[in-house]
Amino acid sequence: MMSSYQQAPEPGRIEARGVSIRLGQGSQAFEAVQALDFTIAPGEFVCILGPSGCGKSTLLGALAGHLLPSSGVLEVDGAPVAGPSPERGMVFQHHTLLPWRSVLDNVAFGLKMQGQGKPERHRRASEMLQLVGLADFAERWPSQLSGGMQQRAEIARVLINRPRLLLMDEPFGALDAQTRSRMQELLLDIWTRIRTTVVFVTHDIDEALFLADRVLVMSPRPGRFIEDLRLSFPRPRRASLLTSAQFTHLKRHCLALLRHEEGRELPRLTPLGLPDTDPPPLRIAL
Amino acid sequence: MTSTFTRWPVRLASLLACLLFWHLAASSKLNLGLFTFTYVPTPKAVLDAAWQLLTSSSLLAHLTSSLSRVFSGYLVAAVLGVSLGLVIGRSKWAEDTLLPPLEVLRPIPAVAWIPLAILMFPSSELSMVFITFTGALFPILLNTVHGVEAVDPRLVASARSLGAGRYAILREVILPGALPSIVTGLAIGMGTSWFCLVTAEMIAGQFGIGYYTWESYTLQNYPDIIVGMLLIGVLGMGSSALVKRLGALATPWYRLRRGA
Repeated sequence: MMSSYQQAPEPGRIEARGVSIRLGQGSQAFEAVQALDFTIAPGEFVCILGPSGCGKSTLLGALAGHLLPSSGVLEVDGAPVAGPSPERGMVFQHHTLLPWRSVLDNVAFGLKMQGQGKPERHRRASEMLQLVGLADFAERWPSQLSGGMQQRAEIARVLINRPRLLLMDEPFGALDAQTRSRMQELLLDIWTRIRTTVVFVTHDIDEALFLADRVLVMSPRPGRFIEDLRLSFPRPRRASLLTSAQFTHLKRHCLALLRHEEGRELPRLTPLGLPDTDPPPLRIAL
Repeated sequence: MTSTFTRWPVRLASLLACLLFWHLAASSKLNLGLFTFTYVPTPKAVLDAAWQLLTSSSLLAHLTSSLSRVFSGYLVAAVLGVSLGLVIGRSKWAEDTLLPPLEVLRPIPAVAWIPLAILMFPSSELSMVFITFTGALFPILLNTVHGVEAVDPRLVASARSLGAGRYAILREVILPGALPSIVTGLAIGMGTSWFCLVTAEMIAGQFGIGYYTWESYTLQNYPDIIVGMLLIGVLGMGSSALVKRLGALATPWYRLRRGA
């Protein structure tokens, strides 16, 4: 029998024409990204590489539908992005699993929203957990998992909807180096089984070169693409790739591109717009 | 676990020390200039008065009237406070239209409501329930609003990306996310509802612990006043603890995170 996750979702095609995104209000407003033109082919693994605050996460938020472009056209499979959709799954830097649901119920959340019955959605969520290696942790609370496991559960939760686009915002940025490298291999492994278009945002050159078919390098504010690198490293890729001569050569090239933009420290932007302000003060009445 | 066992004797000793100080101060009629214990009844006198109330036939009537007043007011406040809080926390428009009048009403003490409560409600029973309601409403409302506003916007964005609609977001993300704060509001509200009981039962004609306390004051039965005060304190503490306990059962993930 064919497992449900092997039923091929149709990877999405992205087309952007003159996309600009403004953030902030009034005189504080600025263009986070400016006049972007690009196309991403179905099934491609694209990394957007750029320094902190350059607007790469902003672009990702627009692809997810959390932010609207202020001008230009952003289309997925020919239809303009009008809001969030399960067809465009989003993985944040820090997990967004619901703390009050077990890992299994978190992964099954998308199916619940589709109105599937409990036995069916638990069966499919268990399969998904198996795929990311979390089968033994199904009944735990998210807070009982390590950072790497939380991200794996997050990825499983997004993939269960069989999205045409997998959008990842520095998903391994908060993990330690060893876990990060294991997660990168796991992601590529999953990607060979569930073909979907991946847009992966990172500021880590090694990560971008290791994962991607194609690396788009972005300059800081206003964000613009300054390089479009196509990588032909054979797959499956293993950690030994990181020390090969060709890899080092490309890394030097990327370093030079990013160094060109050094000296401008910008606050990190998020796919939901400007960074969070402090939570509202507690108002307790007696 | 052992730490809680070793801490209990200390807590008990603290209570006993307070009792001992009360006994010494009241029996020696301690006068500290600024205030005096001359007319404060001794623990023994209070104990006798408590025993008298305990063996009298009216205790049950006092208890049932007070409990039913506090709980009816509290329940209405809980339902209204949580639902209004959810609406105000979610919608800027609701916040602008509903919150300003509520903020004006909030500082008004229960005592000031008495005349209007008597005029507005057909029975004195309903006026009393209304007073306990005003006591509980605001802590519940404001804590719910705060809980809703403090829900991580990333959780909401993520749920939307996973296909959740407006109602699903409220049920799956906002409500559970605000629940720990709502539970805090419910526990504080339970306390403030008891807090308003004496005020409410100033209107009462016959029964209620608040009425018993107020009547003892007018009749100058000082030990009885303290019995009433202690009874309200114990009942208020007990019902707040009950709310907290139920709240902890409803938010198992939260307890776990705090305990970790």
